[in-house]
Amino acid sequence: MRVYLDNNATTLVDPHVFAEMEPYFVQKYGNPNSLHSFASETHPGLKDAMEKIYAGIHAPKEDSVVITSCATESNNWVFKSIYFEYILTGRKNHIIVSEVEHPSVIATAKFIESMGCKVTYLPINHEGLVDPQTVRDSITSKTALVSVMWANNETGAIFPVEEIGAICAEHNVLFHTDAVQAIGKIPVDVQSFNVDYLTFSAHKFHGPKGVGGLYMKKGRELSPLLHGGSQMGGYRSGTLNVAGIVGMGKAMEQAIDALDFEMTDVREMRDAFEDELLKIPDTFVVTPREKRTPNTILISFRGIEGESMLWDLNRAGIGASTGSACASEDLESNPVMEAIGAEADLAHTAVRFSLSRYTTQEELDYTIEVVRKAVERLRGISSSYAYAPEGHKSGLDTHH
Amino acid sequence: MGMDSLIGGTIWDEYSQKVTDLMNNPQNMGEITKEQATEMGAELIVADFGAESCGDAVRLYWAVDPKTDVIKEAKFKSFGCGTAIASSDTMVELCRGKTVDEAVKITNIDVEKAMRDTPDVPAVPPQKMHCSVMAYDVIKKAAAQYKGVDIESFEEEIIVCECARVSLSTLKEVIRLNDLTTIEQITDYTKAGAFCKSCIKPGGHEAKDIYLVDLLAEYEKEKLARTAAPGANVSFAEMTVVQRLKAVERIIDENIRQMLVMDGGDMEILDIKENGAHFDIYIRYLGACSGCASSSTGTLFAIENILKEKLDENIRVLPI
Repeated sequence: MRVYLDNNATTLVDPHVFAEMEPYFVQKYGNPNSLHSFASETHPGLKDAMEKIYAGIHAPKEDSVVITSCATESNNWVFKSIYFEYILTGRKNHIIVSEVEHPSVIATAKFIESMGCKVTYLPINHEGLVDPQTVRDSITSKTALVSVMWANNETGAIFPVEEIGAICAEHNVLFHTDAVQAIGKIPVDVQSFNVDYLTFSAHKFHGPKGVGGLYMKKGRELSPLLHGGSQMGGYRSGTLNVAGIVGMGKAMEQAIDALDFEMTDVREMRDAFEDELLKIPDTFVVTPREKRTPNTILISFRGIEGESMLWDLNRAGIGASTGSACASEDLESNPVMEAIGAEADLAHTAVRFSLSRYTTQEELDYTIEVVRKAVERLRGISSSYAYAPEGHKSGLDTHH
Repeated sequence: MGMDSLIGGTIWDEYSQKVTDLMNNPQNMGEITKEQATEMGAELIVADFGAESCGDAVRLYWAVDPKTDVIKEAKFKSFGCGTAIASSDTMVELCRGKTVDEAVKITNIDVEKAMRDTPDVPAVPPQKMHCSVMAYDVIKKAAAQYKGVDIESFEEEIIVCECARVSLSTLKEVIRLNDLTTIEQITDYTKAGAFCKSCIKPGGHEAKDIYLVDLLAEYEKEKLARTAAPGANVSFAEMTVVQRLKAVERIIDENIRQMLVMDGGDMEILDIKENGAHFDIYIRYLGACSGCASSSTGTLFAIENILKEKLDENIRVLPI
């Protein structure tokens, strides 16, 4: 049995989405900006997709939802254009981000920090949440931008973006939210609160990879990051990714249709799965479940390094994730576990399971069995549960 | 960089079959109790290294024959990833039957080599090499405990790159002998920095006392001190006219000429005169530089500042 429980990393492309995209490769391959029927036959599909995308986040027509290549591009665009327009010109000198943003925000913030911008990294509390008060306390008259994600990719924690948006409006500071982990999991409505920029990505909600978007409120349009042939109203040059846009449109429609299912059925499955996992002794979950997206669990198994757990899961055909030090290519430790101030011994034990509307009960039952066996085997190997003779001083000597 | 580094691989795909097998089924995992050691007529040594909070930890058990110092039995328990577990297992295998003095000589590189399927293919990918270092450290810890000495007594020198076990003295010597100026060169010559990369510069997986960038900077400084005054450590003011001319030529060659040539220009030095407290350096712009607006402003300031910084505060540059 193969079980995919890494839906916060990416999702399978919904077969309906794929079917909708297919004609735009071999049949309707025209460049939409050309002047002939090959071009014009792409237009109805594009128009339809854009309407679905606007509807998906409830964006009014006068605002701009610009299609990009991915969320990383959208996030880079916001930070770099803010840097060029506000920081480099000396109008402002400061931005605020949470310390657990996605790397495409953190790394870009650090980059503009290296170019002379002041950056405040907001801490998260023990529940893995940002306290809006910290935003209020950090804003100065020179703050150009606040960027706080809607939902965290590791824990699923839903951040209080409405309150933060209101604080930004009060202080006349631009507000950006990375909503990559929110779309399709919780309601996203750009008209229901104050937000200037919002990032999303198709492949997180059963659309294709290589296409994402940036919502920009009317009057807050950024200067382009990519210059060229003036596609997307000049905001984002580059030949339109027709199939990708069509796919994202369909995926957005499907995600909105499935939102109720996600918030009830998926949540129930997740909760029951979590209850079973927590029956294993010495396990800990980060962020209370009612404050999380309905599909995510970040769980620590004491005494088991995260990558080892993934190893055993993978051997049984199960795909999950860990932010633990050893697992990632660049050996970074899990930023959320560090930021949350979790017990130090647990910092490298967190494993993330993320479900989707395609996850079945049968798959979760199987996963529980596999996890139980893995915990037994790996704790059997672990020094954390090992024998020590009386009087043994457990050494903390370390090369770290 | 290049093709292989662009997409990245799954680190597990680069494990040798031995590493995979040992992770799936460790051979020497377990414990030795005090009673078991006594039954063997041996002394029980239990040594820990690392910590869960750091991402890996190992507990090593030895039953050592006090008469012969031979490790009669060895076992381990480990908190860590597949590489940590497989290398702990291999390390234990290598210890067993050896004397404590022999065991101390086992390094993480021996452990890695023992886990290879074929002699010339590494057992683990470079970024996993640091996970094997712990297996080396814990042996020293156990030996120190057995002998009742400090663990430092087994470290003969300062190790900068623990993954490849490259010492400070080796690095300094290689950098100097080969006039190395980049991290890539150091890695090519010594393998230091090829693995977990923590030793290259601050901010890596592990904090270090000394980094490769420090060594390069140190060598660069040394070189500059040596070359700023050719022949001896004399200041610009103390140099002969010929030495001054050569020193100025060298700074221009190293720092300035390339910049001018890229824009299709060049410059030459006409004369150096002492003028009160000042040294006036007369230059002539050539090619595209002559007539360029910046040649009397930005470019000139740049040239003057570099010469001031590298040679003497009192230098003035005068274009003719």
